[in-house]
Amino acid sequence: MRTKYTGIVVLAAALAASTAMANAAKLTFYCSAQEDWCQSMARGFEEATGIDVNMTRKSSGETFAQIKAEASNPKGDVWWGGTGDPHLQAAEEGLTEPYVSPMRGELNDWAISQAESAGDKTIGIYSGALGYGYNEDLLKAANLPEPKCWKDLTKPEYKGHVQMANPNSSGTAYTTLATMVQLFGEDEGFDFMKALHKNINQYTKSGSAPIKAAGRGENTIGIVFMHDAVKQAVSGFPIKVVAPCEGTGYEIGSMSIIKDARNPDEAKKFYDWALTQEAQSRALDVKAYQVPSNKGAKTSPSAPDLSSIKLIDYDFKKYGSSAERKRLLKKWDDEVSTLPQ
Amino acid sequence: MIVGWAGFCIVPWYGIEDGFFSFAWLFEGFPFDGDVAPGLFLVLQGEKLWLAPIIPFLAGPLLAVGKKRDDQAYATILILCGALGFAWLIAQGFSIGIRGWQLGWLETLFGPLGDRQFGMGYGGLLVATAFLFFFTQGIAARGAVNGDIFVVGAIGFVIAIVTIFVFYPILNMLASAFITQDNTYSIVVFVEKFTDRRLWGLGCLSGGRCGAAWNSLILAILVGALTTILGLIFALVVTRTGFRFKRSLRAMTVLPIITPPFVIGLAIILLFGQSGTITRFVADLIDVTPGRWVYGLPGVLIAQLLAFTPIAFLVLIGVVEGVSPSMEEAAQTLRANRWNTFRTVSLPLMRPGLANAFLLGFIESMADFGNPLVLGGNFDVLSTEIFFAIVGAQYDQGRAAVLALVLLAFTLGAFYAQRFWLGKKSYTTMTGKGDSGVHPLLPSGLSIPVLLVAGIWTVFTATIYMMIIYGSFVELWGVNNDLTFKHYLTAFAMKFGEEGIRWTGSAWDSFWTTLQIAAMAAPLTAIVGLVTAYLLTRQNFAGKNAFEFGTMLSFAIPGTVIGVSYILAFNVPPIEITGTGIILVVSFIFRNMPVGVRAGIASMSQLDKSLDESSLTLGANSWQTFLNVILPLLKPAILAALVYSFVRAMTAISAVIFLVSADYNMATSYIIGRVENNDYGLAIAYSTSLIVVMLAAVGLLQILVGRTNVGRRMSQSRTNLAETP
Repeated sequence: MRTKYTGIVVLAAALAASTAMANAAKLTFYCSAQEDWCQSMARGFEEATGIDVNMTRKSSGETFAQIKAEASNPKGDVWWGGTGDPHLQAAEEGLTEPYVSPMRGELNDWAISQAESAGDKTIGIYSGALGYGYNEDLLKAANLPEPKCWKDLTKPEYKGHVQMANPNSSGTAYTTLATMVQLFGEDEGFDFMKALHKNINQYTKSGSAPIKAAGRGENTIGIVFMHDAVKQAVSGFPIKVVAPCEGTGYEIGSMSIIKDARNPDEAKKFYDWALTQEAQSRALDVKAYQVPSNKGAKTSPSAPDLSSIKLIDYDFKKYGSSAERKRLLKKWDDEVSTLPQ
Repeated sequence: MIVGWAGFCIVPWYGIEDGFFSFAWLFEGFPFDGDVAPGLFLVLQGEKLWLAPIIPFLAGPLLAVGKKRDDQAYATILILCGALGFAWLIAQGFSIGIRGWQLGWLETLFGPLGDRQFGMGYGGLLVATAFLFFFTQGIAARGAVNGDIFVVGAIGFVIAIVTIFVFYPILNMLASAFITQDNTYSIVVFVEKFTDRRLWGLGCLSGGRCGAAWNSLILAILVGALTTILGLIFALVVTRTGFRFKRSLRAMTVLPIITPPFVIGLAIILLFGQSGTITRFVADLIDVTPGRWVYGLPGVLIAQLLAFTPIAFLVLIGVVEGVSPSMEEAAQTLRANRWNTFRTVSLPLMRPGLANAFLLGFIESMADFGNPLVLGGNFDVLSTEIFFAIVGAQYDQGRAAVLALVLLAFTLGAFYAQRFWLGKKSYTTMTGKGDSGVHPLLPSGLSIPVLLVAGIWTVFTATIYMMIIYGSFVELWGVNNDLTFKHYLTAFAMKFGEEGIRWTGSAWDSFWTTLQIAAMAAPLTAIVGLVTAYLLTRQNFAGKNAFEFGTMLSFAIPGTVIGVSYILAFNVPPIEITGTGIILVVSFIFRNMPVGVRAGIASMSQLDKSLDESSLTLGANSWQTFLNVILPLLKPAILAALVYSFVRAMTAISAVIFLVSADYNMATSYIIGRVENNDYGLAIAYSTSLIVVMLAAVGLLQILVGRTNVGRRMSQSRTNLAETP
C-alpha cells in the first residue's frame, strides 16, 4: 500500500500548485497546419472574441485517427487545416457536424464545392497546387536538363533522382496518383506511374519529406505541393519550384466541426471567424503560401499564382471516397510498387 | 478500510473536468451537487443508485475486525467482500457509460437509462484500492505465500495495475485485427491482412524488396547482438582495465539515450547522407559519385546502435560489477590464466546480463520509430508501417493491429529464447559472506581490441555530438553556416519585468510540462519496476511466467499502438484520463517499467537468497527485508531504472504524439513540429538544451542514489574506480 501512497503524494505535490480553475467560454481546437500558423489562428481568435482557446497541433492523419478514437466521447470542438481528404473521410464516417456558415458569400467556388461534396460537413479554407521542386545545385552537378513537365520526370536520365511519398501513407502522394489518373486517364495515368517508378529513389512516408530532402541536398527532385516547395526556397534552400506544363491537381485544406462537440457555439464562432478576410490574411505572417479561400484575403507575391497554373477539374467527391481510394491504392500496390526499379 | 470509506463518503466519486489536481470542487456545491458529490451522498439523494451495492461490501469487513487472523471466517469475509466489491465496481463502470447503457443487451433487459456517468475520480480510485487490499489480505490470511501480507498485497497491486494499464488497452486494440469494415468479427480479415505480401515478401533474396516483418527481424537481431557486444565492451573497459578516461567514457555512453529523437538521424544524414561531409570526402578520395548508401539498413543500424548501446551498457555494468571477485580469484589460484578465468568463470556468470541486454536491444529496435522514419529509405520496418497504417492516407486500424501482433510474436519468441538459453542455472555471486576481492584485469589479448573498439566508438559519438552542438548555433544547418544565437533566443528568451521573470520563449511551456511529467514518472516507474522484479525473482506464485511476459508487453509494442490503444481505452468511463497529464505519466510508467524490471531481475538473480533468509530469520518481515537488505544492494539497478525512465519520459515520441493535449504539450512533439516546419536550428537548439538538462539530472540522480558499497578492498593500482560516483 505504501507504494500507492507515495505515488499519490508525489503526484499531488507536483501538480497541486500548477492548475487553475477556469469556467469561462472555451474552445478545444485541433489544428493540422504548421505550428506557427496554428498559434496565430488560436491567439487571433482569442483576441477577436475573448474565448479561451486550447490548441493541439497534429498532422491531419494523426488528428483524424484521434477524432475517430475519441468518437464516443469527443474532446475536440473544431478541426482546422490539413488536406481535405481526411476531412471528407471524417464527413463520410459521420464524425463531423454539418454547418452552413453565413460567410459563404465571400468564398471562392472551390471552397463551396468542397462543402457541397461533403453534405456541408466541411469547407475549404485554403488550396494548394501539386507540382515539384528541384535542388538547383545538385541538378547542375549531375548535368541534368531542367524538368518542365510531368512527363520529363520519366526520362531515363533522371533515374535515381526523383522522390515522392508513398500514396499508402501520404495524402500528398495519393493526390498525385489521383491527379495522374484524372489528367491522363486511368490507363495512361498508371503507365506514367510505372515509368516514374523506375526513376524513384525512395518512396518517403510523409508527404513533404521529398522536398525537405532536396533542400538538404539528399535528393534532386521532389514531388510535393508547390507551397511546400516555395517554403523551402524562401527558407534559403536552393530549391526551384515547377508548375508542370500538362496541368496539375490540387488539394483543398479544410475545416470541420466535430460531432457532439462540447462547445458547439464557440466552434461555430470560430468557423465563421476562420473564413473572414482578416483571419485568412494571417497566413502571410507565418509564411504559409497556400491560396486562401476568402476572395478578399491578401496573398503573397511568392505564392504560386493559381490563375497562371493549368488546374484540372479535380473530382474531390469521387477521388475522396473510401471505395475509390482503396481501389486505386490496391491497383498501385499490385501493379506499380512491385515492379523492379 | 478507512481509505475505502473515505473514498466513498468524503471525496467526489467522479472525475472533475477541470483536472485531477484542481481543488475547486471544494467550493462548488460540495458535497451535494451531483457532479462533485461523494458516492455516499449520491446514493442517499437517490441518484446513481447502482453505486449502492458498494455499501455492504465496504461494510462487510467490519465484521472481521474483532476476529483473529487465523480465523477461517476472517479470511472468507475479506476475500468475498474484496472480490465482489471489485467485480461490481468494474461491472457498473463498464455497463453504464457516458450515454447511459454501454451494452445493448442491458438496455433491452432494463429499458433505457435516463442517467449517465463519467469517469471515476478520487472516490472510485480509493474504493477500488480498498477492495483490492481486502481481497489480498484475505488471501494472505488463508495462508498464501506464507501468509505474508506485504507480498500478497504487492502481487495483487502490481497485477491489478498491469491488467488495467497494459492488458486491457492492448487487448482492446488487438481485437480490431479481427474486425471487418462493417464492425463484425471475422477470421478471414485477419488471415488476409496477415498474409500480405508487404509483410512477408522475400523479394530481397532476388534483388527486390523484402517484407517489413523480415526487415524488422533482421534489424532487431543485428541490433540486439551488436549492442550487447558493445555494451559488454564498455562495461569491461570501465570496470576491468586501467583505462584512464573511464568517467568521460561513462558520460559519453550515456549521451545517446538522452538525445531526443530525430537529432541523431539528422546528424547522421549530415555526415553520411548524399551531401554529407564524410560521404563527399570519401567519394572525392576514391572518385565516385556520392550515393544514397546510408538510407536503409546501414543508416538505421548505425543510428540504433548509437541509441541503444547505452541501455545494454547500463544493464551490463551492474552485472559485470556484481560478478564475485572471489570466484575469479579462486580460478586464478587454481592456476587458470587470465584468459581462461575470463572465458570460463567471468563470462558465464554474466549470462543473465547478456541475455537481458540482448532482449532489450532486440525489443527497442523492433519498437523504434524515429530512426527508421528518418533513415529507413525503402527499408520498411513494422513500427513505421504500424504508424502509417493508423495515421496514413488509408486509416486501417485492423492492419495496424495485425502488424502489432506480428511484432509481439517476435518479441515473445525472443523472450522465450532468452529464458531457454539461461536455463535453470544459478548465477548467484553476491552472498552474505564477506567478499573482499578485486576484479582481475582483462587478459591483454582481449583488452587491446576492447579498448580499440571503445576508442573508435567514443570518437564517433563525439563527432556526432559536435555536429549537433554546432548545428544549434548556425543559421540554417547545411546551407548557411553563419554562427548565431537566435535559435536559443526564440526558444528560451525570458524577460525580467515587474512581476518577476516572464518566460517569453516559445519553448518554455512544453519544457516545464515535460520536466514535471518526467520527474513524476521516473520514481514511480522505478518503484513499480523494482517491486515487480522482486516479486518475480524472490517469490513463487501461480501464473508467474505469464505475468513476467505481461510486464514486457507495453515495452514491446510500438508507442504508436500504445498511444492509440490508450485513447481507445481511457477516453471513456470508467477510467477517463485522456487530455490530462495523468495519461502521460501512466503511459510512461508502463512503457518504461520493463527496464526497471529487467535491470532489477538481472541484479537480483546475483543476490544470494540466504541474505533474505537470514533477514527473515532475524524476525524482519519481507517488506523490511526488501527495504533494508535488498534495496541497498540494488542501487545500480535503481539508478538504471530512474535514469532510464526519466530520460525516456523526456525523449519519447511515438506514444506521446497521440496523448499530448493543449495543456500538456511535450518537448518532443514540439520539436517534431519544428522539424516538420524546417526549423532545424530551433529543433536542434531545443534538443541540445534538453540534453544538458538531462545530463544534469542524471548526475543529480547518481549523487542521490549513491553507490553500492559491497565491501571490496580497493587495490592501490585501481583507486580510480573508487572515485567514480
